[in-house]
Formats: sequence, structure tokens, C-alpha cells
Amino acid sequence: MSILEVRNLTKKFGGLTANQDVSMTVEKNSITAVIGPNGAGKTTFFNMITGVYQPTSGIILLENEKINGLQPHDVSKKGISRTFQNIRLFNEMSVLENVLVGMHINLKAGLLGILLNLPAIRKEEKASEMKAYNLLEYVGLADSLNEKACNLSYGAQRRLEIARALAANPKVLLLDEPAAGMNPKETKNLTQLIQSMKHEFNLTVILIEHDMKLVMEISEHIVVLDHGEKIAEGKPENIRNNPKVVEAYLGSGAIQTG
Amino acid sequence: MRRLKTLWKKYEQNKLAHGIFLLIYIGVTSLSLYTAQKSVTAFLLLLTSLLLLYFTKFTNLTKWLIAGFVLVFLLPFTASNGDAYQSYMEVSTLVGIYIAMALGLNIVVGMAGLLDLGFVAFFAVGAYTYGIFATAQASNFMPFGTFPLSGESFWLFIIIGGLVAALFGILLGIPVLRVKGDYLAIVTLGFGEIIRIIFNNLDRPINITNGAMGISSVTPPRLFGIDFLYPSQFYYIVLVLLFFTIFTVRRFEHSKIGRSWKAVRENEIAAQAMGVPLVRTKLMAFAIGATFSGMMGVVFAAKQAFVDPTSFTLLESITILVMVVLGGMGSVPGVILGAAVMTILNLQVLTEMTNWLNQLSLSGIISIPYALSPAKMQRFIFGALLILFALYRPKGLLPAKNRIFIEKDLQGANRKAKLVTPQEQSENEKL
Ligand SMILES: Nc1ncnc2c1ncn2[C@@H]1O[C@H](COP(=O)(O)OP(=O)(O)OP(=O)(O)O)[C@@H](O)[C@H]1O
Ligand SMILES: [Mg+2]
Repeated sequence: MSILEVRNLTKKFGGLTANQDVSMTVEKNSITAVIGPNGAGKTTFFNMITGVYQPTSGIILLENEKINGLQPHDVSKKGISRTFQNIRLFNEMSVLENVLVGMHINLKAGLLGILLNLPAIRKEEKASEMKAYNLLEYVGLADSLNEKACNLSYGAQRRLEIARALAANPKVLLLDEPAAGMNPKETKNLTQLIQSMKHEFNLTVILIEHDMKLVMEISEHIVVLDHGEKIAEGKPENIRNNPKVVEAYLGSGAIQTG
Repeated sequence: MRRLKTLWKKYEQNKLAHGIFLLIYIGVTSLSLYTAQKSVTAFLLLLTSLLLLYFTKFTNLTKWLIAGFVLVFLLPFTASNGDAYQSYMEVSTLVGIYIAMALGLNIVVGMAGLLDLGFVAFFAVGAYTYGIFATAQASNFMPFGTFPLSGESFWLFIIIGGLVAALFGILLGIPVLRVKGDYLAIVTLGFGEIIRIIFNNLDRPINITNGAMGISSVTPPRLFGIDFLYPSQFYYIVLVLLFFTIFTVRRFEHSKIGRSWKAVRENEIAAQAMGVPLVRTKLMAFAIGATFSGMMGVVFAAKQAFVDPTSFTLLESITILVMVVLGGMGSVPGVILGAAVMTILNLQVLTEMTNWLNQLSLSGIISIPYALSPAKMQRFIFGALLILFALYRPKGLLPAKNRIFIEKDLQGANRKAKLVTPQEQSENEKL
């Protein structure tokens, strides 16, 4: 069953076409990878799905409901959460508070309730703190809960972004280059984390990644973009040997298999 | 030397020692304030006891009780014996008004990260709201009702003033939120000036604000048949509102709303991706910040019994901003301290010093050239102090701190299997 579907998505920045007629379907509870050389339009594609950019044309459907035209915060309410290629944490806030912000859409507290410190609000707050801590344990950051986010190591910051995105309880999670800047050991842990996440939280994961080893290992479906156009899609083994894909990558020499 | 150090360590740990020291300190300062005829020093030292109290290790409740006792009873009582009673109370009242305003601005600038250079406009809106209806001014444009309203209406106007200011906050917010950073500062600056100029010119075609002449003889507040006329009476109104302000700000700070303000400040795109609506969150910061300012505006109008546009200049907005920055952006205790220090410095310390130097030069003990006359030096010293603070305490007197969560309290929710074992994690750190 498909959970996310895009049809003929096009995005133009003035004269530059960043995405051209991209269509794809994402199966529920699967891991899909979007790959392609630098500047292929992968991040732009994510930005359209999450409402950061409005598509020039095309449709985005989440569970058969049109979501393009929505503001980013409304998209997140529909159940799409994400991380960023250039890490975007709330740097001066503590690690736990970062995750708490991720829970924003699930909290019911209103102005008056907060002012009067109603028991229901206190309970909700306490429960969310515990859940946030739980998520930190899950990604291995429980020890640094009171640390400022900007003081974490690079790999830890990436994991914190994932915990924050999970806090929203999303249906679909978009990861933009989650392994960028990680060492092999961290990448291995991340691979396990993504796989475990999918089961634990009943998630559909779409990820952009340049690390082909990771991509081939975890994705069930791969979509290849080049110059904004989809040039191939399919199972990892088919993509690996697809001549078009090899050609797209040859110029940049970025292909690494094995 | 080492002995002194261990002694100090011991003292730091010991609550009882803190208590005793604080008690002696408060006792001595309040006694000297009580006996001395005119001693600014004793007055200031007694106020400083609140700062010492902040650094003790008592529970929050104890701190609040002690602070309440000092402010409600001790300070007014011990000051009441001298000639300068009303002037002390006047200073304390103004300190309270500025603290509330600075706390309001702190929400906008410190927490939500929106640089606002026209914040005094909301204070003006509050002041004029009461000023117009508590004088005959309102009868110029109101088709019904008799004006001035009675002094009993003041209490209702505190709320109305807050609400009207909040409304102006939203009105300002809607156009302003399209711009960011430096532009935001310029637009808010413009807004502040526009409000002041409107009040300055709204005497034609219908005389609403009485223009540059200002509105005088504002009806004093009245409660159970008693008119509030003296600073020592307004002191208590301000104290109540101030407690309310601090209490409210604290509540918001550690709630969903406070977190979304900070998230917007830290990274707008990420905040939106987490479901925080930008416009609503920013408008809420503007509106709530403006509310406190508007309420204090009403009190200010009643206290002065006079409102005119000159009280609401750009310099005033900047002064409030400096209080926030000096105290520590985003830090509630910092901003309280910053506002208190700035107000007292301006109203008491620097003026006292000027008077003293003037006296010395008059009696011929020292001669000060005209170019360096103390009145001029006052601004200079003030500026120099600000530069020193900026250099040596760039994050403010009491920098903002994140709330510390106790790990133990958070454990025990239904656990998911840990994916990264602590051992693996430490290996990662090594790599
Ligand atoms: N806001 C924007 N305005 C103008 N051009 C943009 C904008 N965002 C992206 N682009 C352009 O669109 C093209 C695709 O960029 P995008 O960031 O989507 O690539 P990417 O596939 O994510 O690349 P990378 O692997 O380097 O992250 C690039 O040429 C980029 O310069
Ligand atoms: Mg990218």
C-alpha cells in the first residue's frame, strides 16, 4: 500500500529547473533512498514535500490527501517529519528541550492552561519529558540531556536531529544525508538505528544519502535523480548495474559499491 | 589562604550559614535605613539583600517568602522614618515599572529573538488609555457616558490597558513579521515613533490626546474610598503587578509556548518543520510582551497624574532594551537585575553623585571646568559603564541558563531497546 505519492513534480528557480516532472510512489513501512550527484535536486525534492518550497507544478499526496500548498508546520501536523542536510538544531537549547520542541504538535497546552498551571498540563508536560528522555536513550544521547545542542559532536548532533524528528510521531520520516560527516563506526550504528526505527515506530523512511554502502544495505527501493529528472528507480541490485546511473555518477566519480 | 578557601567552601555548602549571614545583613541595613535620616546607601544596600538572597541555596518558596517580606514590610517600613521616604518609594516604584517592561521586552527580544526598538509604544498605549478616560478628554469623542471616570475604574483599566497594548502588539506584528533581522529593528523603531507622533498630533480634528500639551489631572486610583496619591501607595500596586508579571513569565518560559519562542529564535526553518507556526508564535510574543508594558503604562499615567508624548521617546525604548541586554537576554533573573541596576543608576546613584560633586565645587573644595560639569558627566559615566559591561560580561550580568532536568525523574517510561550501548558510544567518541 502506498503512503506517499508525488506526480509530475516540477520546481523552477527562475531559469533553473531543480526538479522536472518527478513522479514516484512510496510504499508504507518501507525504506526508500533518493540518490543522485551533487545538485541533482534531491534536497529541493524534500523541501517541496515538507512545504518549505511550493512546487511550480505537480501534486503531492499523503495517504491520498493533497498536501502541497500547506505551510511547513501544517505538513508536519499531517505526519511528515524531517532532518536537514546542514544540521539545524536549536543550538542554545538543551538536548532534551530540542526533543521537547519536536513534540510540539502533540501537546495540547493552551495559553490559559499554562497560565493556571492546570493539573492536566502538568501531567502532559511530565509525560512528554519522560518520552523525550526515552527517545534520547533510544538514540544513545541520554547522558547529554542537559548539554547545549551546539556542544555535541557532529555525529551526536545528527542523532539528536533524528530523535527530535521522531518526537513528532511522524508517519513518514525524511532524512537528508544522515550519515554525512560520520565515521564508519558511526555510520554502521546509524544504519542499525534507521532499520530499528522503522519497526519500533511503524515508520516509512525516505533518505537522501551519498554513502552507497549504506544505501544499498538498507533501502528497499531507490530513486535516482540527475539534473532534476528521475533517471531510474528500482531495487538496489537493479540500480547498481543500471548503465544510466553509472553514467550519471561517472563524471563525479562518486560511485562506491561494496 | 588555603584555610580561608576551605572556610569559604564550607560556607557555600551551608544553608544555615547563608541564613544567618542574610539575616544579619538585612538587619543591619534595615536598621541603618531606619535610623539614618537620609541614607541612599542604606536604602541601596537593603535592596541588594534581594540579590544576595537570589544566590543562596534556599528553596524557591523560601526565597519568595523572604523577598516578599522584605519588599512588602521591611523596605517601606524602615524607609518611612526618614525625610526621603517618598523619594525612596518613588524610585522603588519606577524600578518595578521598568522591571515589568523589561520582562515584557525580554519575551520579544530575548526569548523570541525579535529585535524591537519601539517597545515603549505599548507603554504609551497603556498610559493614554487610562489618561484619556480618567480625564474629561474622553467626552470630546464619546457619545455617551460621563468623564472623567471615577478612580475605582482604575483597577479595570489595568486589564483594559494590557489588552489594548496586546492588540497593538498584534497590529504591529502583522506587517512587521514579513521582515527579519535589521529590517525588523528599523520597522519597529518606525512604529514606536509613529505612535508617539500620533499621540502628539491627535488634538485635531477631534481633541483626543490633547497633543503636545499632554493630559493633566488624571484621576487617581481609588479603593474602598481611599485615593492613591503618593508613591508609597503606588508602590504596592506596582509590587502586585510585578509579582504577577514575574509569575506569568516564569510559567510561559518553561512551557510549550516558551520553548516554541526559543525554537523560532534559534532556527526558524527547523521550528516550522517541527510544527511551530511562525506567525502565530511571533504574534503571541509581541502580544504577551506588550501586555505587561500596557498594564504598567496605566499605573504610570495614574502615578504621574499626567501623560504627554515626551515620556515615550526612542531613548526610552533603547533604555529598556539596554536593561534586557545588560541583564542577560532571555534570562528572567538577569533582566530583573538589569532593569533594577539601570533605573537605580539613573535615578539615584548618578544623580546623587552629581549633587555631591556640585556641592563640592560650590563650596570651592574642588573646581570643575564647565566642559566637565557633573551633569554632563552623568551621561558619560553611564555610557562608560555600559561599554565595560559589554566588554567583560557580553552575555549579561546573569546570563540565561537552560532548565536542568534531573535524569532520575525522567527514567522509567516504557523503554525501547537501547540501540547504542554506552560502551559503543564511548568508542565512538574516541574515534
Ligand atoms: N532556493 C534556491 N534558489 C535558487 N536555486 C536553488 C535553491 N535551492 C536549490 N537551488 C538549486 O537547485 C539545484 C538543486 O539543488 P539541491 O540542493 O536540491 O541539490 P541536491 O541534490 O540536494 O545536492 P547535494 O547533494 O549537493 O545536497 C542546485 O543547482 C541549486 O543551486
Ligand atoms: Mg542536498
